[in-house]
Amino acid sequence: MAEYDVVIIGGGPGGYNAAIRAGQLGLRAACVELRGTLGGTCLNVGCIPSKSLLHASELYELAVKDFAGLGIDVEAKLNLPAMMKQKAESVGQLTKGIEFLFKKNKVDWIKGAGRLAGPGKVEVTAPDGTVLILETKAIVIATGSEPAPLPGVSVDQGRIVDSTGALDLPEVPKHLVVIGAGVIGLELGSVWRRLGAAVTVVEFLDRITPTLDGDTAKTLQRTLTKQGMVFKLGAKVTGATLTNKGVTLNIEPAAGGPAETLEADYVLLAIGRRPFTQDLGLETAGVTVDRRGFIETHHFATNVPGIYAIGDVTQGPMLAHKAEDEAVACIEVISGKAGHVNYAVIPNVIYTFPEVAAVGATEEELKADGVAYKVGKFPFSANSRAKVNHEAEGFVKVLADANTDKILGVHMIGPDVSEMIGEYCVAMEFGASSEDVARTCHPHPTRSEALRQAAMGVEGWTMQV
Amino acid sequence: MTDIMTPALGESVTEATVARWAKKAGEAVKRDEVIVELETDKVSLEVSAPEDGVLSEINAEEGATVVPGQKLGVVGAGTAAAKSAPPAASKAEPPPPAPKAEAAPAATADPAPVTAAAATLPPSVRRIVEESGLDPAGVSGTGKDGRLTKGDALAALAARAAPPAAAPVARPVREIHEREERVPMTRLRQTIARRLKEAQQTAAMLTTFNEVDMSAVMALRNQYKDVFEKRHGVKLGFMGFFVKACIFALKDVPAVNAEIDGTDLVYKNHYDIGVAVGTEKGLVVPVLRDADELTLAGVESGIAALGKKARDGHLALEDLQGGTFTISNGGVYGSLMSTPILNAPQSGVLGMHKIQDRPVVVGGQIVVRPMMYLALSYDHRVVDGQGAVTFLVKVKEHIEDPQRLLLDV
Repeated sequence: MAEYDVVIIGGGPGGYNAAIRAGQLGLRAACVELRGTLGGTCLNVGCIPSKSLLHASELYELAVKDFAGLGIDVEAKLNLPAMMKQKAESVGQLTKGIEFLFKKNKVDWIKGAGRLAGPGKVEVTAPDGTVLILETKAIVIATGSEPAPLPGVSVDQGRIVDSTGALDLPEVPKHLVVIGAGVIGLELGSVWRRLGAAVTVVEFLDRITPTLDGDTAKTLQRTLTKQGMVFKLGAKVTGATLTNKGVTLNIEPAAGGPAETLEADYVLLAIGRRPFTQDLGLETAGVTVDRRGFIETHHFATNVPGIYAIGDVTQGPMLAHKAEDEAVACIEVISGKAGHVNYAVIPNVIYTFPEVAAVGATEEELKADGVAYKVGKFPFSANSRAKVNHEAEGFVKVLADANTDKILGVHMIGPDVSEMIGEYCVAMEFGASSEDVARTCHPHPTRSEALRQAAMGVEGWTMQV
Repeated sequence: MTDIMTPALGESVTEATVARWAKKAGEAVKRDEVIVELETDKVSLEVSAPEDGVLSEINAEEGATVVPGQKLGVVGAGTAAAKSAPPAASKAEPPPPAPKAEAAPAATADPAPVTAAAATLPPSVRRIVEESGLDPAGVSGTGKDGRLTKGDALAALAARAAPPAAAPVARPVREIHEREERVPMTRLRQTIARRLKEAQQTAAMLTTFNEVDMSAVMALRNQYKDVFEKRHGVKLGFMGFFVKACIFALKDVPAVNAEIDGTDLVYKNHYDIGVAVGTEKGLVVPVLRDADELTLAGVESGIAALGKKARDGHLALEDLQGGTFTISNGGVYGSLMSTPILNAPQSGVLGMHKIQDRPVVVGGQIVVRPMMYLALSYDHRVVDGQGAVTFLVKVKEHIEDPQRLLLDV
């Protein structure tokens, strides 16, 4: 007789949502998490605290630079410890919220490090060293990911930090060098630039945010550059040396050429993340991983019956909401339901200012696939609400099938677009055409009108440009 | 009463054919007992009874095409006679977890089908209907839960506009005579037929031949087969040698391990070797991943495992996808020479054949040697004749002198 119907290893967005859904469906469920709080990377040292700092630093910069233009004279002064404290409080409240949801749904939180220990068994080593064996019918691996290392640059969380350390710097850096022009690097680089740091972003590729639609990426780079962020693209960091003043980075052009050095008082290493499967005992159960270390799954099932995997440890975008969707579907599959994730409609957001939000195919992908498509594009500079808010940067771009008008992808850069992409997610989930959005009434004056005007543009009847 | 639903078939697989009902309507079934087998393009899967009871209804007959979530039948409570179980019996606990995904029929009620007329039309379709007078009830929807999309409405309009003569002329059905039998092709057979024809139509395919003296490999095998099997738990066959020899040759002639993608060539620095396996349902080609990183014993046991999975019908889609080169052994059926057909989009396939004692001339003397003809079919768009011939010569050299495998020369 198994103790549990399902044991979930990892308490991040994948794990805790799986646990809650399992509780809802009446399964006896346990979630194994070593960290002192639930919520995983996202809630503790990822999406949530970074958004707290992005919000606060954005307001600070507004107060310093833009309030006067709006007719408000203030003298804004940064109180970094207080800013860090409010961040910690928000995070604390949210992690406690998950504990409450566990209790509400009768899910056990087993504190400790989980490890597969043969079929239907999970071994948990508690922080005090005691070992416990959980017996279960099904196991869900949701151990997430960790920052990827770079040879020659060793993270000490002092001068050289990763995404975790960059959320808790003791002071505003004079010169912060960010290695990697991906989402994390651009967001955290923005935080410290707004608070007063000079920020240089060094990227190996010759463009920023490689998975983004090219149009959006170009506009984002131009805007961030205008804000003062310095980009060194096509550059390879070959080593980092700690000095008494900070860090000296050795940099070479990726295409080859003379090396140079870059001085920084802080360095943020943010070249990506890798699946976290260390000490999980995958080999004891015979769970296979691919050449990049991702657990191989087919409809969430690994190659071993009864063992499932979801979220960052599996293939696909490393996003909390992707893990959350997989969590729900995986638990539904385990309990005999249909469980499905539509990977074609997983939105993607960058919380810089302006924000970037996207769902579906990029223009480059459609070209490569030889799909005949039409484009509708609308700039926020022609949107009244954005204009009066002095936030006229960016655009909305809608890509639709040239024959059926079905929306294939949407890419936006602009104020608060993170909150607007959901409209297009619903539309795409229902197979909507650009005309369906174009003929749907939107409130005036709002920035969401830009969504409609861009949709109109697909069939050439944008009315406000 | 519990409905038996078509389970999720995996990404990119949208429909299945009901291959066989293991139970007849009215028969008693046990929970987890296989009651119906489905067949998709690539794999067959079994659906088990969700609970003890009686198979009271069959909603999809053998040969019918079904989609995930579609009702296959109903398992009712009670004994074989009981047709009307008391409704209280269905007030059950939440369904028990079924760790095997493929054996997890949903216990949920059949969702009422959304008819086009009943669903609210999206604004684009509303416009088309109003402007054209199209009857939405007569259009089948491809959107979520069968809703009409703009594309559906446009397609219906286009079909209406097309002259009736454009409708496909029905092909007269060939009459079946007394001593003939008409059998629908299985999905696997249909897929094999389509893919083979695609390969022939796409590639500039031709075949080059050579022959190999198997004496050295056979001697090596005879000397070590017992100790090999004892140590590795798998028989020492010839496939391991051929896989290793091919990988050496592929590294020497990378074009054979490449494929055409649009106007580009994609060279693959991984060696995932498809090994053709005959099963009673047809030929399948499971893929041995990263075969270059495996030892000879690893290759042999990998092939043995794939072969077993294939014969047991347990191959997953992943097992069949992404090979970079294929080896086909017609020799096991006695073929002396053949021209294998490419497994698109790959650019090469090696045909192994029967080993036969033949007189050959060695050092001016006629001697008897165990010989095998080798065939390499290749896509001439990717591989030059010189490359193809070199490839086959490399394979021959390594089989005739297997020490080269050890030295990597």
